[in-house]
Amino acid sequence: MITIFGVPSAALFGQLLLGLINGSFYAILSLGLAVIFGLLNIINFTHGALYMMGAFVAWMLLNYLGIGYWWALLLAPLAVGFVGMLIERNYIAPLSFTNQRQSFVLIGASALGFLLLFYGLRIGPTAAFAGAAAIGVAAASVYAWKRPSQTSTVHVDHLYGLLLTFGLALIIQGLFRNEYGVSGLPYSIPSQLSGGQQIRIFDAPIMFMPNYRGWVIVASLVVCMATWFIIEKTKLGAYLRAATENPTLVGAFGVNVPLMITLTYGFGVALAAFAGVLAAPIYSVNPNMGADLIIVVFAVVVIGGMGSILGSIITGFALGLVEGLTKVFYPEASSTVIFVIMVLVLLVKPAGLFGRAS
Amino acid sequence: MKRFGTLAAALAVSVSAAAWASAAQAQVSVKLGVLNDMSGLYADISGPGSVVAAQMAVEDFKAAEKGIKAEIVSADHQNKPDNGSAIARKWYDQDGVDVILDVTTSSVALAVSEVTREKNKIFMPSGGGTSDLTGEKCTPNNVHWTYDTWALANGTGTAMTKKGGDSWFFLTADYAFGAALERDTTNAVNKAGGKVLGAVKHPLSASDFSSFLLQAQGSKAKVIALANAGSDTINSIKQASEFGITQGGQNLAGLLIFSSDVKALGLKAAQGLVLTEAFYWDQNDATREFSKRFAAKFGGRMPTSAQAGVYSSIIHYLKAVEATKSKDTAAVMAKMKETPIDDPLFGRGSVRADGRAIHPMYLFEVKRPEESKGEWDLYKTVATIPTEEAFRPLAEGNCPLVKKS
Repeated sequence: MITIFGVPSAALFGQLLLGLINGSFYAILSLGLAVIFGLLNIINFTHGALYMMGAFVAWMLLNYLGIGYWWALLLAPLAVGFVGMLIERNYIAPLSFTNQRQSFVLIGASALGFLLLFYGLRIGPTAAFAGAAAIGVAAASVYAWKRPSQTSTVHVDHLYGLLLTFGLALIIQGLFRNEYGVSGLPYSIPSQLSGGQQIRIFDAPIMFMPNYRGWVIVASLVVCMATWFIIEKTKLGAYLRAATENPTLVGAFGVNVPLMITLTYGFGVALAAFAGVLAAPIYSVNPNMGADLIIVVFAVVVIGGMGSILGSIITGFALGLVEGLTKVFYPEASSTVIFVIMVLVLLVKPAGLFGRAS
Repeated sequence: MKRFGTLAAALAVSVSAAAWASAAQAQVSVKLGVLNDMSGLYADISGPGSVVAAQMAVEDFKAAEKGIKAEIVSADHQNKPDNGSAIARKWYDQDGVDVILDVTTSSVALAVSEVTREKNKIFMPSGGGTSDLTGEKCTPNNVHWTYDTWALANGTGTAMTKKGGDSWFFLTADYAFGAALERDTTNAVNKAGGKVLGAVKHPLSASDFSSFLLQAQGSKAKVIALANAGSDTINSIKQASEFGITQGGQNLAGLLIFSSDVKALGLKAAQGLVLTEAFYWDQNDATREFSKRFAAKFGGRMPTSAQAGVYSSIIHYLKAVEATKSKDTAAVMAKMKETPIDDPLFGRGSVRADGRAIHPMYLFEVKRPEESKGEWDLYKTVATIPTEEAFRPLAEGNCPLVKKS
């Protein structure tokens, strides 16, 4: 058998395939980040937490309502997307408002809600916190109903969005950790996709490929390509891109820009939740699963070029491959190799491989 | 440090309140610091549960009635040795902590051990597992409770090799604990007549193990040993079954598995695993009684062996404080080494010169789903490893405190 640097070539093909599978998770997650950054100019640090939430929603659907994997694949992104839209409307959008009354309503109602639930009704801290957040968001939504938001003309620094979403991510993770612990919850592979195939090239067995992993590659490729098509090739996508360039002008044409931005954010985080459901049967469903991944995914986005849709897809898959190879030749470095590449790319092309220098 | 769990903080407050009430007759006041991973991958193994166990130990010992004012503080070391030793320094220097307990993550435990020696306080690790703590890096200030890598290797490694698993491949977490576990297991396997074919080191808290598992599969070893812990082990086992490794005739050996891990895996994925532990909640009336009280305080979760170890080690420490009527490090350490352990949870044993607390260890097998009678009915006992054989012989540890005869 042919060996490459002491590794049998057949084994190497197997490892490349595995790299591609991990790459599909990087691709979907970084795609969501790229969409949100490209169209909203927000560095969305809640992405990892919402990916985790997607996996948890799938688990909850199964264990509390008896709804299986396939429905979860549709329902979890919808549910998390809805949560994402609430986050955008009530936390992120007010960052650029000229007056902050909506935020005061949100904070006030949340605080009162927490006092009521925790001390009044003696509900546990996790549930009380989640309930208070829901009350706050509901109150702010009622307040904001039919009141057109006043968007500030002053451009808000990325840093505020970054810090805000980072804080939200810590809170969401903490809530799940308090409720479910860190060991994770079991979620099994759907029966249609259990088992696997022995892959052979010229009759030489390469690896045992679980059916589920094959499905992950297919599903993520389809979703990535569909997203790219919608944003780059359709009229809706054209509106979106125009709205980022010049929101005022697009608004003047009668397009509801704030609504479009909210929906885009919802779509971006729905992608994260979709990846979360895909990951649930193979990684353990645990509150830290997003935090471990998000840093790598950010590196992927930076390497691909902030906001570049196609860039994030291609880099996602490519870095999965690179990481896969590292796991064979020098496994100790497999968690650092992506950052080494990031440094190198930033030195040579500061805007990223596919980014446009502004 | 800022990430004190609310639970931990509440407990600390309630303990100090209880202690205040009896401050009038208190003669000795001690401060016990539970330092572990409160939020990361090992938080279910020890984490906030260890604080609950510590609290129960102080209550059950009736410390206040015996003239000891015991206060418990806790912190999250986030699995970083620098963080852990910084907290330990602050606790010893500024906060007047006398004993640090638990300390999951061997690299942090080794760092805290050095700080403890420097400050001449007492360190009683339970969640941290490297056998170096009572071997080459032993100090006069350590009492290592619950388990260590040698005991795990000796239990699981010897048992599996003798059952016919004579060739091994390791999946090793790339830090002090993984390295110690791999080394100790390699020795145990060689001694039992098996051989080690290879090893791959993976980063701590990796989520995808398929690549490493495939390398293990390619080695054709009969036993694939998981020299990792917590969610790393859980993910490895889950993905090994996905890639058809166990179905292909290779066996998995989880070298460090806690009951919380088995709970998270589910019996369907974990059934048949052989593992070594010092404590399981459902062993006898005493462990059941303790565990049910623990579960009532901790959201229905049964204690892991690391958490039970925190409980027992505090009891042993408080006994020594009561007997010597002081908290002088040398006097208390001498008393702890002199007093035999007779513990409801860990059985009979003693603390050796090198700081190793010895007690029986148990070889368990994870039940099949149809054998399990309840949510927490996880293990059946395969064998009991007697106290004398469960831990590394005193002479083999190369601990400088042990005089060569």
